[in-house]
Amino acid sequence: MRFGGKGGEVRLYAVVAAGGFRRHATYRVATFAGVFTNTVFGFILAYTYTALWDERPHLGGYDMSQALTYVWLGQALLMTCAMMGGGFEDELMERIRTGDIAVDLYRPADLQLWWLAGDLGRAAFHLLGRGIVPMVLGALAFDLALPGSPWRWLAFLVSVALGVVVSFAVRFLVALSAFWLLDGAGAMQIAWLTGLFFSGMLLPLPLFPGVLGEVARVLPWSSLLQVPADVFLGRYPGRELLRAYAFQAGWAVVLLLAGRLLQSVATRRVVVQGG
Amino acid sequence: MVRQRETVSAGRSRLVEGVRAYGLIVAMWLRSTMAYRASFVMTAAGNFLVTGFDFVAIMLMFGHVDALGGFTLPEVALLYGTSATAFGLCDLVLGSMDRLGRRVRDGTLDTLLVRPVPVLAQVAADRFALRRVGRITQGLLVLGYALGTLDIAWTPLKVVMLPLMVLSGAAIFGAVFVVGAAFQFYAQDASEVQNAFTYGGTTLLQYPPSVFATDLVRGVTFVVPLAFVSWLPALYVLGRDYPVGLPGWVAFLPPVVAAGCWVLAGLAWRAGLRAYRSTGS
Amino acid sequence: MDDRDFIELDGVEKVFDVRRRTGFLRRERREVRAVDGISFRVPRGEMVGYIGPNGAGKSTTIKMLTGILTPSGGRLRVAGIDPAKERTKLAHRIGVVFGQRTTLWWDLPLRDSYRLMHRMYRIPDSRYRENLDRCVELLDLGALLEVPVRQLSLGQRMRGDIAAALLHDPEVLYLDEPTIGLDVTSKAKVRGFLRDLNAERSTTVLLTTHDLTDIEQLCERVMVIDHGRLVYDGAPAGLHEVGGSERMLVVDLERELPPIELGPESPARVVKVEGPRQWLAFPAAASAAPLVARIAEGYPLVDLSVREPDIESVIAKMYVSGSAL
Repeated sequence: MRFGGKGGEVRLYAVVAAGGFRRHATYRVATFAGVFTNTVFGFILAYTYTALWDERPHLGGYDMSQALTYVWLGQALLMTCAMMGGGFEDELMERIRTGDIAVDLYRPADLQLWWLAGDLGRAAFHLLGRGIVPMVLGALAFDLALPGSPWRWLAFLVSVALGVVVSFAVRFLVALSAFWLLDGAGAMQIAWLTGLFFSGMLLPLPLFPGVLGEVARVLPWSSLLQVPADVFLGRYPGRELLRAYAFQAGWAVVLLLAGRLLQSVATRRVVVQGG
Repeated sequence: MVRQRETVSAGRSRLVEGVRAYGLIVAMWLRSTMAYRASFVMTAAGNFLVTGFDFVAIMLMFGHVDALGGFTLPEVALLYGTSATAFGLCDLVLGSMDRLGRRVRDGTLDTLLVRPVPVLAQVAADRFALRRVGRITQGLLVLGYALGTLDIAWTPLKVVMLPLMVLSGAAIFGAVFVVGAAFQFYAQDASEVQNAFTYGGTTLLQYPPSVFATDLVRGVTFVVPLAFVSWLPALYVLGRDYPVGLPGWVAFLPPVVAAGCWVLAGLAWRAGLRAYRSTGS
Repeated sequence: MDDRDFIELDGVEKVFDVRRRTGFLRRERREVRAVDGISFRVPRGEMVGYIGPNGAGKSTTIKMLTGILTPSGGRLRVAGIDPAKERTKLAHRIGVVFGQRTTLWWDLPLRDSYRLMHRMYRIPDSRYRENLDRCVELLDLGALLEVPVRQLSLGQRMRGDIAAALLHDPEVLYLDEPTIGLDVTSKAKVRGFLRDLNAERSTTVLLTTHDLTDIEQLCERVMVIDHGRLVYDGAPAGLHEVGGSERMLVVDLERELPPIELGPESPARVVKVEGPRQWLAFPAAASAAPLVARIAEGYPLVDLSVREPDIESVIAKMYVSGSAL
């Protein structure tokens, strides 16, 4: 297959993305198992938040049904943004470890964009395959605050897409650390931990006290769950929505550029070392 | 010489053989872990932090409320501490069981079947990760905080209850791990289902039972008896009521429940292994 | 007990239920008879080759002999023990080398694996040391003992696996494709080692392989399995006769010429011509030397090579010539 020119490049990445989607779609049993697990955790968190919001009905500016919706959004976006792994990082780190990465660096396609395309495909599948069913079950069991207008759903999807890109950029940076660190698994674990905590997965960021809360809201990880969730719940009316997008896109650009920088440093290292 | 070896192993029970083999393999992994001491300390610290964040989240919650489901922070800490320590202990001893699915898939389970020791012991000891003491440590710290802060009306029974609860709890989680592994003989890709019960279970047990719907509490008491890991015995220590009406002596059942779970787990494992040996990989 | 054969198979069967997805929700079930009534006896101390095309049932047979799989039917005994029922009891007395997978612990040094096996198999200390030293010397493992298994090359790992399988003095050694992927020197080393082992300790050896040279160099008896059935059981030499198999002489001439004529009494005949290269088939049992001499006499020979028949063609020939047992 030859992909010439700019149009061809776009087509190439579209194929890679489709491939990523399809690859994860074939794991039917794993997907069912994942949906089950997401549902179980959704219920556990939902009850916990119910108890919390029972005590303080407008905690963090959310009412009960918004808080519960947040829980199910969290479960849907957990896999979509690969907050606990399951994305391309393991494969990339393995390729770096075995040296196969040298082959990738000589390919005509851009390394970062290649993996990004694949990850977007995966994210799309995880959002559809593992996000929707738990959400539906949650909506049946609890009183959720679902958006009435289709524009808000669309706005949400845009925000999710931006969040996935930010998540990708972070994981790309961590994966590249395999060029220098002996044991990449440790770095990955720390990335997960930080990601989970600062994305709002354990607790919505508005509930974080004082300085911790302010720092958390500024860090890139809030793009993964907190921002899209707030878009979904209508906390960014009108122009505020653009500011939310700008925040996410800003981090995406900064982190992607950092990734490219690190990639070129790593490439030079590979070339010097001879692969 | 061969005859002698035969009678020796035939005379001992499978359990003893299994424990011995487990010990040998773990000893080997320990030796190798300690050879890279710095790396071990770092990964153990990492494990400590990763697992400790759950309690940080709880602390943040209590920054906004004084009680959750009618339980104060020290009381929740007792629930958290006991279940986290029990799970941590189980994770340390049997945590590698979930790799069984991978072994079935790539055929490396066969190499275990060729050795003169029980397969379960080999799978359980595979890649023993000492770093998991991190989780146990944070569990014990939270437990220590709870015991130090709470004003419990201590009786000898209650004192005994604590270690009993942790050990039995670890055993119950262990049985869940083994059943989950046995399940992977049939569905190797479905290893995540096990997580719903193990990690989901620990998350559940961190909070007081009054937080959850009665049906869920009933399910976790009578169907998958995770409530016996920490809820029932800990509530006895706290002198609190259980949402589902049960007689008080139920709090002393964890060891019995653990034994029962292990009987079931043993049957599940044997069935799974038999199925594997019948259909191959 | 000693006058009975070491390995006994009587009408052993292994049937698999294979399910395939043929559409969105539909599935079809098929019965695959991987082993379809195999019977043979192997006396103690014999070195036997067990060959067949891929999917013929070789690995399945080995798995049943070692207790990994339980047979669907028939009777199988090794040293009088039923592997399906008394797996661990038998495991003390057998050694297994899987070509594709290792029995060693991947992330740890070779020595650690051996140390663990020392304890696991309850090998007496003196015996362990003796066997280890011997294997290290004969298989050239000295420099590799401290190396993690995952850093070993295929050949090195294979030698490590063989040593691991022998530390506990097994009475039988099963080798599943032991020389696959090995270079020539390693293959020779392994073959020599196995020959000595069989000669000195009368260890029974059952060897599956795709390499006919392994068979020719090592085995006094070879069994051919195809589609789960035994189609040949006898001496390796007989294989070629029974199969009527042929070797190929590939000849590169100076230029393109009409097919080589060697006369009606010559056993060789040209089967393919491609430019200056010609393929001549001749009976496998015959020597290539006089043939080459005759061609060199009458034709401008630039280069030549001799191709051995592969297992598939030997067996295919066997079926064609109707010599199935």
